[in-house]
Amino acid sequence: MIGADAIVRCLEAEGVEVVFGYPGVAICPFYNSILQSDIRTVLIRTEQNAAHAASGMARMTGRPGVCAVTSGPGATNVITGIATAFADSIPLICITGQVNSELLGSDVFQEADITGAVESFVKYSYLVKNAQDIPRIFKEAFYIANSGRKGPVLIDIPIDVQNASVSRYSYPEEVSLRTYKPTVKGHIVQIKKVVKELEKAKRPIICAGGGVLLSEAEKGLRAFSERHKIPVVSTMMGIGVMPTKHPLYYGMVGNNGKPYANRAMNESDLLIMVGARVADRAVSQPDLITQNKVLVHIDVDPAEIGKNAGPTIPLVGDAAHIFEEFLNQEFTCEHEEWLTQLDGYRDTMEKKRTPNPAYVDPAAFITRLSEKMQPDGVYVADVGQNQIWSCGYHVVKEGRFLTSGGMGTMGYSIPAAMGAKLADMTKQVIAVCGDGSFQMSMMELATMQQHHVPVKMIVLKNNYLGMVREYQHYTYKDNYSVVDLSGSPDLEKLSAAYDIPFLRLENMDRVEEVLDRFLAHDESMLLECLIDPMDLVKE
Amino acid sequence: MQKKVFQLLVDNTSGVLSRISGLFSRRGYNIESITAGVTADPRFTRITIVTSGDDQILEQIEKQVAKLIDIRDIKELKPSESVYRELALIKVRAQAAERQGVISLADIFRANIIDVASDSLIVEMTGDQTKIEAFINLLDGYEILELARTGIAGLCRGTENVTFIN
Repeated sequence: MIGADAIVRCLEAEGVEVVFGYPGVAICPFYNSILQSDIRTVLIRTEQNAAHAASGMARMTGRPGVCAVTSGPGATNVITGIATAFADSIPLICITGQVNSELLGSDVFQEADITGAVESFVKYSYLVKNAQDIPRIFKEAFYIANSGRKGPVLIDIPIDVQNASVSRYSYPEEVSLRTYKPTVKGHIVQIKKVVKELEKAKRPIICAGGGVLLSEAEKGLRAFSERHKIPVVSTMMGIGVMPTKHPLYYGMVGNNGKPYANRAMNESDLLIMVGARVADRAVSQPDLITQNKVLVHIDVDPAEIGKNAGPTIPLVGDAAHIFEEFLNQEFTCEHEEWLTQLDGYRDTMEKKRTPNPAYVDPAAFITRLSEKMQPDGVYVADVGQNQIWSCGYHVVKEGRFLTSGGMGTMGYSIPAAMGAKLADMTKQVIAVCGDGSFQMSMMELATMQQHHVPVKMIVLKNNYLGMVREYQHYTYKDNYSVVDLSGSPDLEKLSAAYDIPFLRLENMDRVEEVLDRFLAHDESMLLECLIDPMDLVKE
Repeated sequence: MQKKVFQLLVDNTSGVLSRISGLFSRRGYNIESITAGVTADPRFTRITIVTSGDDQILEQIEKQVAKLIDIRDIKELKPSESVYRELALIKVRAQAAERQGVISLADIFRANIIDVASDSLIVEMTGDQTKIEAFINLLDGYEILELARTGIAGLCRGTENVTFIN
């Protein structure tokens, strides 16, 4: 057995089903060994998307997604995907081939110091120097990636190490890391303090972030919220912790969120932040969430607690365990007036849009789309105006909502949707992007055709980089600079070139019929929606 | 702004020092000095970092460093409960006529002369930072040709704060 065989055995031991990647000489031993395995390989069309696809898969399976690319440019191309996963705490294992270990540091062909380059975007990285270490390193890497605050781990493996013989292969059953022991269980003293505050609170609220979904705590959160009638708002990454139409859910907070969600959070007297970083887009004025209220901050990463807002009660631990413990606590929490007040906000504070009837109204379209989607369908939103409309108007039932929240990486939706589809081929997966973000990942149409991964794609086309145009509209008084997307391909012809069925929606007149056709069969399809180029997220 | 001394016990992996210094630079934390050396157990390295910032930054430094996978332990070395030492090597220009003056200053500070050349001396001194700075200030009348300081290393007093490893 050689090092490359050992890598494949490790992936099998971890239950990996799909590896996304792009070969090159430095990773060829691995891609040769994987032919002997049942692990499926997917040839992505650019390395960044290998990480995005692995991210989409990881978010659906709850296990690390895996990508494998070659040294040098292969490795540097994957960095944006790794950084995207890191910002949203998505577990990834990223395997990079490396030049011969004896040549390391001599600037040979396709050499890049990838462990150095990704240092600030990974939870941890390894440069494997001895093939005998492969089983231990993979065991550790999978454990580190998917425990505590999750995140990407990069394993850089020189070609000679992949080719070196491994005399004894055994995959460790236990991981023994002297220095890494994340706190999982919440401290009971802190939990009791929270309960005491909840008994006193007149206006309690929970603000749920992506960490709730990462710890699979949404059921516990929902049960807790329903038992004590505690209203819930979410950050962008937390969308989906409650069905959008749940009576206790009051929308997404933040500068692109619902005004009633922000008002609810700001007017509360007890705010439980859980699995959320108190990041600038969700909470632009951290003072507002600490003044005149008790702030409880629950996070598995102690460094997030107190980073942007000083909590009254810090509570370190995994959200699923903590909600389980909250549900064990007997107490009463009375605040009926507060709910009536919030219902009033929700009924009256929704901003009315003034859509142009000559075009598709993205808000109405997205709502109609989500109503017609399968209840457990997966909606993958890209980045730009389309993302804000998706967050604002997609109605989650029991499915998932995936997007690049922390890094805001354009082009995320299509590869991530492929990953999500491969996680469960029975689920309906829809990627919604703009014409800018679509062109950042349209090479993946080939991947979905080659590997038979049916993804529904919607391009909200306005011929602009709309989010930046909107910023230039308000900030630079319509002095548009480098946002005009003229020269974009004819998407009908492009779809035909890839042999993917195409639909176009010019305005809202045929929305029912077109959506029905779009969603009828589980096959890749591209739906182009023409959006008023002057449409704004914030009118 | 206040100064704090942190003591770290880290896994002796390749790149651990760059992971720590990289964390400081990318998050904009100050490092006034950093020293590292292997411990009695060769699997571990002890690092002493002197840093400064307001309370919130210092708290973040402690948490962010603790989060790094290779870090076994980080704790503050409080001045009242710890000893700090730094070593400085100071090369002073000293012709025969000036030599005796430097030597007597060094004597007062219990520093050693570790090299003598025809026109210079190297003084080795160990102490806390204020002692070293006081000595350097006293050399004002002489010409310091070269100065090398190690940055401080420190330990807690007594056995209460020792981190035991299985």
